[in-house]
Amino acid sequence: MALAAQKTTQQTADGGKMATGGTLLTNPNVKPAVAARPGEAPKMVSRQVNVFYGQKQALFNVDLDVPSRQVTALIGPSGCGKSTYLRCLNRMNDVIDNCRVTGDIRLDGENIYNPKLDVVMLRARIGMVFQKPNPFPKSIYDNIAYGPRIHGMGASKDELDEIVQTSLERAGLWNEAKDRLAQPGTGLSGGQQQRLCIARAIAVSPEVILMDEPCSALDPIATARIEELIDELRENYTIIIVTHSMQQAARVSQKTAFFHLGVLVEWGDTEQIFTAPRDERTQGYITGRFG
Amino acid sequence: MTDAVLSGASSSSDAKLRRPDLSETRIRRRYAAERRFRLYGVLAIGFAVFMLGFLAVTVVAQGYSAFWQTRIALDVAIDPAKVDPQNTRLPESLAQGDYQAVARDALRGLFPDISSRADRRALGEFLSNAAGDGVKKMVLANPALVGTTQRVEVLAADDLDMLAKGRINRDIAEADRPIKDQQIAWFDKLKQDGRIVSTFNVDFFTSGDSREAEQAGVGGALMGSFLTILTALILSLPISVAAAIYLEEFAPKNRITDIIEININNLAAVPSIVFGLLGLAVLLGFFGLPRGAPLVGGMVLSLMTLPTIIIATRAALKAVPPSIREAAYGVGASKQQVVMHHVLPLAMPGVMTGAIIGTARAMGESAAVLMIGMVAFIVDVPKSITDPATVLPVQIFLWADAPERAFVERTSAGIMVMLVFLVLMNAAAVVIRRRFERRW
Repeated sequence: MALAAQKTTQQTADGGKMATGGTLLTNPNVKPAVAARPGEAPKMVSRQVNVFYGQKQALFNVDLDVPSRQVTALIGPSGCGKSTYLRCLNRMNDVIDNCRVTGDIRLDGENIYNPKLDVVMLRARIGMVFQKPNPFPKSIYDNIAYGPRIHGMGASKDELDEIVQTSLERAGLWNEAKDRLAQPGTGLSGGQQQRLCIARAIAVSPEVILMDEPCSALDPIATARIEELIDELRENYTIIIVTHSMQQAARVSQKTAFFHLGVLVEWGDTEQIFTAPRDERTQGYITGRFG
Repeated sequence: MTDAVLSGASSSSDAKLRRPDLSETRIRRRYAAERRFRLYGVLAIGFAVFMLGFLAVTVVAQGYSAFWQTRIALDVAIDPAKVDPQNTRLPESLAQGDYQAVARDALRGLFPDISSRADRRALGEFLSNAAGDGVKKMVLANPALVGTTQRVEVLAADDLDMLAKGRINRDIAEADRPIKDQQIAWFDKLKQDGRIVSTFNVDFFTSGDSREAEQAGVGGALMGSFLTILTALILSLPISVAAAIYLEEFAPKNRITDIIEININNLAAVPSIVFGLLGLAVLLGFFGLPRGAPLVGGMVLSLMTLPTIIIATRAALKAVPPSIREAAYGVGASKQQVVMHHVLPLAMPGVMTGAIIGTARAMGESAAVLMIGMVAFIVDVPKSITDPATVLPVQIFLWADAPERAFVERTSAGIMVMLVFLVLMNAAAVVIRRRFERRW
């Protein structure tokens, strides 16, 4: 628990202020990391996952267990395969023409690459938030309501209104957006747009939310709000987040996996990865020697 | 920089420090080149604007007078013996009346001293052979006018029209003129009496073609063009948008789709006469569709607009940012939902632009429709897509071919009508683009 101790000292030293850059682990709003809930089966299990783009292999034999209702951070230098791995988890790679995935990825024990499995239903269970906020060029309301509509979730207008409201509330956007639901989602600020995208993802009640560098296009304040939000969402959702910022990984995640050159080098509790990495490469990356 | 690169570079330059050449001549030369480059652009645009202006001025100067028509104001005595042969005052009987004779008598009445047959015929040449139609229309609308004398502005013949508009030079030898010296004297008398009037030529926009220039109008060709374009658009828009969506979004990328793609691109460059020949051989020859009908013309032109719309639609679909697709996939939309709910609405301005560019091209097309018989002399305004018809560019071509002086202004006027039509269509394209455009 060295990490937790460090965090508390840092917090008192800063007087609750947020410091951006410099030292790690300074967000006072983030609760200390919790240990994996014992006895609970991992939400997603990957075994021997290989990904090829044409002839080029992008991932090599990745084995990773994603625990339920925790935040798992995927870190590593650019081009290491962490985004590729993330996109395997809801089969977004299917859209890419020459991409081939082998191996076994299970969601609650069910193979998601089973040809009989409906990929549309899979993506309803595994939502995704992208690097650049990408709201539909529709109203805020329609942005949230689109997913529930195509999945037949909101039979009546009232039900749909309720889904929109709860989704926006959970994404912390309700107070800012409630008076302008009919206005285009593209008119919001960058941070608000990203929270809108998160609201859109949780509107279809997924079990897992994948986040591909959700804060890389945002300023530090918007980033802090998204991080708080991730921490709150952890209560109900399993979250997997790709990030370039090691501070962010340390702040928001309970588990961290380090990728390098398409290989999953090391994964484990975030504390352990950042304080006592077992692998030399992990050590090198988190101390900034390469990447 | 690595050592290897450094050593490679320094071997030739001996590590001499290179500085940018800041001498004044060099900078002056650079600015001069920049000014020269700008000048070329200004010259090119100036030349284009001059040519366009020259063309527009020529066409308008030649054609504006066709929108006015010379008429002769006559005091027509509507003789019951001539206009109502059965003396019943019923429309059936009145419709058979010789109104032309009534109008001719009224004109002769103004020149009581003309007695020789040749002179009377020469005077009669002032009237269009449709001069009686104006009287007929009046009488049919109000049978009570029979037996009275009415002031009617009757249609003048094309030569008189030209004379009135100053398009016949009085100074050239009499034998070289369509209007003789004596006729000019009569005309001047009529003019003095205030009987030569110029009215707005409504008939030009409503009537079909005619051998007589003063009666010829673009109405038939406009309707023919409209029906042809409508048929072409109804056929080609859904087919090409569906083809573009399939090729862009759903089709596997393999040899067959490559061949299809190459062929579509080639199709856009095929000369239009080839499409006309195809229509002649297949649509008329094999399927036996009616000759010269807007239906066939539309089918041929839809072949021509297909590649244009397909290429524009594919470009528009490609331009939709992938982030929107990912977002839709991310909430669990199926491929068809992604395309229909998100990609196609965003691509709509591009689709519309393609459709209108294709239609504008089809609108100005003459070679293809010539081949399927839309070049015939057609007096009636077409009422359906199976009636024989002609289209605006072909009508202009036919008039340009006619020997009478009066067809020159009609040719230019026809060009003006077509240009206005095209400008309106392009304006519609801009408006539609604006309406559909959404920012992301």
